[in-house]
Amino acid sequence: MSSDAFKFRYQMRTLTDTLVTTLAILATLIVIAPLVAIFVYLLYMGTSSLNLAFFTKIPVPVGETGGGMANAILGSGILLSVASIIGVPIGIGAGIFLAEFGRGTTVANAVRFTADVLNGVPSIVMGLAAYALIVVPKIPFLPFTGHFSAFSGGVALGLMMIPTVCRTTEEMLLMVPHAIREAALGLGVPNWRSVLSITVKTASPGIITGCMLAFARVAGETAPLIFTVLGNQFWSTNLNQPIAALPLQIYVYAMSPYDDWHRLAWAGSLVLIVLIVLAVSLVRYVTSRGVLKGAS
Amino acid sequence: MGVGIEVINLNAWYGTNHTLQDINLNIPANHATALIGPSGCGKSTFVRCINRMHETNPIARATGTVRIGDLDIYKDAKPVQIRRRVGMVFQRPNPFPTMSIYDNVAAGLKLNGFANHRVLDEIVEKSLKNSALWDEVKDDLKKKSGASLSGGQQQRLCIARALAVDPEVLLMDEPASALDPVSTSKIEDLIFQLKTQYTIVIVTHNMQQAARVAEKTGFFLNGRMVEFDSTHKIFTNPSDKRTEDYITGRFG
Amino acid sequence: MNAIVPDIRISQAQFQPESGPPDGQPPVEAAPAEASAIRKFLLSRGNSAIADRAFSWLMRLCAFSIFVIVALIAFELVLRSQLTWQKFGFSFFYKVFTDPDTHMPMFWDPVNEHFSARPFVYGTLVSSFLALLMAIPLAIGLAIFLTEMCPKVLRGPLAFLTELLAAIPSVIYGLWAVTVLVPLLREHINPLLINLLGWTGLFEDTNPTGLGYFSAGVILAVMILPIISSLTREVMIAVPHSQREAVLALGATRWEMIRMGVLRNARIGIVGAIILGLGRALGETMAVAMVIGATPEIHRNLLANGSSMATVIANEYAEAVSDMHLSALTEIGLALFLVTIIVNGLAQVLIWAVTRGTPRQAG
Repeated sequence: MSSDAFKFRYQMRTLTDTLVTTLAILATLIVIAPLVAIFVYLLYMGTSSLNLAFFTKIPVPVGETGGGMANAILGSGILLSVASIIGVPIGIGAGIFLAEFGRGTTVANAVRFTADVLNGVPSIVMGLAAYALIVVPKIPFLPFTGHFSAFSGGVALGLMMIPTVCRTTEEMLLMVPHAIREAALGLGVPNWRSVLSITVKTASPGIITGCMLAFARVAGETAPLIFTVLGNQFWSTNLNQPIAALPLQIYVYAMSPYDDWHRLAWAGSLVLIVLIVLAVSLVRYVTSRGVLKGAS
Repeated sequence: MGVGIEVINLNAWYGTNHTLQDINLNIPANHATALIGPSGCGKSTFVRCINRMHETNPIARATGTVRIGDLDIYKDAKPVQIRRRVGMVFQRPNPFPTMSIYDNVAAGLKLNGFANHRVLDEIVEKSLKNSALWDEVKDDLKKKSGASLSGGQQQRLCIARALAVDPEVLLMDEPASALDPVSTSKIEDLIFQLKTQYTIVIVTHNMQQAARVAEKTGFFLNGRMVEFDSTHKIFTNPSDKRTEDYITGRFG
Repeated sequence: MNAIVPDIRISQAQFQPESGPPDGQPPVEAAPAEASAIRKFLLSRGNSAIADRAFSWLMRLCAFSIFVIVALIAFELVLRSQLTWQKFGFSFFYKVFTDPDTHMPMFWDPVNEHFSARPFVYGTLVSSFLALLMAIPLAIGLAIFLTEMCPKVLRGPLAFLTELLAAIPSVIYGLWAVTVLVPLLREHINPLLINLLGWTGLFEDTNPTGLGYFSAGVILAVMILPIISSLTREVMIAVPHSQREAVLALGATRWEMIRMGVLRNARIGIVGAIILGLGRALGETMAVAMVIGATPEIHRNLLANGSSMATVIANEYAEAVSDMHLSALTEIGLALFLVTIIVNGLAQVLIWAVTRGTPRQAG
């Protein structure tokens, strides 16, 4: 190639390189911009609407001002408790199975694959399933069936937690060095005790962060709740009845034509996002510090 | 007091790999017995057959008889029960990272349901003294984690942990190979004192170590036990040429 | 055998004497009476066979319950969509009815039990496709920046921000979209699109609300961007350094190194990341429901109101009365279920093929 042609090609290549770099930076800015915009707007709208009444009062009838989302916060708390009671034990148990009993087997691969399938199910379909399984059938001896209830929503959310908890538990357990297990078995500790008191205990920081991740994810879910818990304008702690939930309330208020309700929706969003950011930051902090303290 | 170990026609497989072939020997009580041989000759496998630890590997299999005292460990008891009578110290120190020094030593007892704290205190102290670690850690028993000690200290901690359950046999799989020379000599002194109380089987690839601590030595090669005799005889006048070749460094 | 004295011998002095510890060492403490009590205690413990077996079966139960859950979901969806399945068969998804009064095409009339999922399938596909179109270049650009160009100090915070983006609940995106994004589009962007691209027939000025397929596409793009970006980053990081070095050693510019050394090797994984983003977009409910307009019609105009599969289920399920209506909605849910399984499964296979099961980094 002649010297001029080479110079020209080289200039074009350098130009392309600069162009691409610019585009990449541009892309980054375009991505970060809505995030910052959302947060700033959220902060602004949310803090101006947050007051003590928000945390202590229940919604007031349309047209009146004041009122809060206290019942929705309580309701979400109850729903997430039910969800955790269902999702965490099953998820950890499945993770223990994958790491300690079924390692490398075809069954374990099938379980893992199915957990991924469950993870990918759209949340609205989970709501459909919970509706079909719990809200619809009127079984005489099962107390929570046959009507809209907090329980049905809790179940839907709990099932959604399982794949995340299971996957993180398995990963964390696999990171426990084999030597530790051998030490326990060599002492004549029964296998079940070794798994629980030694292996799981060593991996527990990581397992807990997995639970927190799952918790944060379902805390903001709305779709599964629409036709399971239905929402409630009043205080309720009854698992057997419809209950208010923070994301659900935000949705209803956001779709309404009333400015006052829009304000409340923003306040609620701020509370929700603070909770989630706290959880995500905590997870990052624990995992970056090194999950297994001292395990060589 | 320790007990003797009788091994009759022991064969072991990992999958299709015939790792141990027709092992026969008698390990005397209250003595230290060393097992030497080149890498991969099966001495670690042999030791793991004595407390049935090889069964933790799903593709492992063993046939034959191993008697500890008068107990046939493959017929008369389950692995969990055997391992409470036979202590094991591994090549790399493996203290439990989430537990304090105290809890590490007491682990074998606490995890088996023993809860009397006064007795536990005494046992922890005695075990740490017997493993020559007491003076170094006695002020931090419950404050420091087991993993925060140095390598040599960790291994002595593992020895204390094994001793706390008062085993009759102590198996040591190259206990000093991952340690510095000072720690190694401390461990060897330890073995010297312990063997009056326990039956010790120590796997080592360090022949000088075997000569220093053991009364009897067995030489393993390719899954077979070639020669088993007093340490003095093995190292000065071995009966088998293969033993002599290994001792003099012609291979291994 | 009388051995020839070999060269290397263990000296006599190294042998331990027949008895007694070396000088200066304190004797080992004699075993007190309690030791045998310990031994007795441990000997009395059973072999825990029952506890072990019970424990392992309990863990097995937990793992197998996942099979049961997925099977139950599938079962219920199939069961409760039987009515419309038997009435319409597969044509449920593309049938076109005709309104007797206006003679215009009609799709969704619960009162007269005319159910066709065509507008919802259309809306889901259009909004997802728009989202992918907008998200892919941005996500890959972000991933390239973070992996290859970003100064190390910025990398952590930016990656953290991306993770936060992924964690924001759908309903909050929807709230922001309704309050901020839709007016923004309506006032400034949509007129621009109508002026510049109106000739394509895709942008017409018939919808004053600012809702519609395009708005849904935009908010979906924002939502799937973090997923595509972080997965692309993962597969890019998985490309070994030697590949990058080989290209650089030939005198390539940085972009050429990225293109030939990294992207070429990672492209299967990037496709997987994109498909995973698609899977997420297909099932996304709340934000889409809030901005797509919830109108069961089909329009070529991207600025017109439409609907999506998830939207119609969310909006109508709680109030549906007739069994046929419920069955129609459930059948749409079943279709969503099956499609997302296939799409997500495909994505997982592709990503696994590239990263070969290396453990996922947190963020």
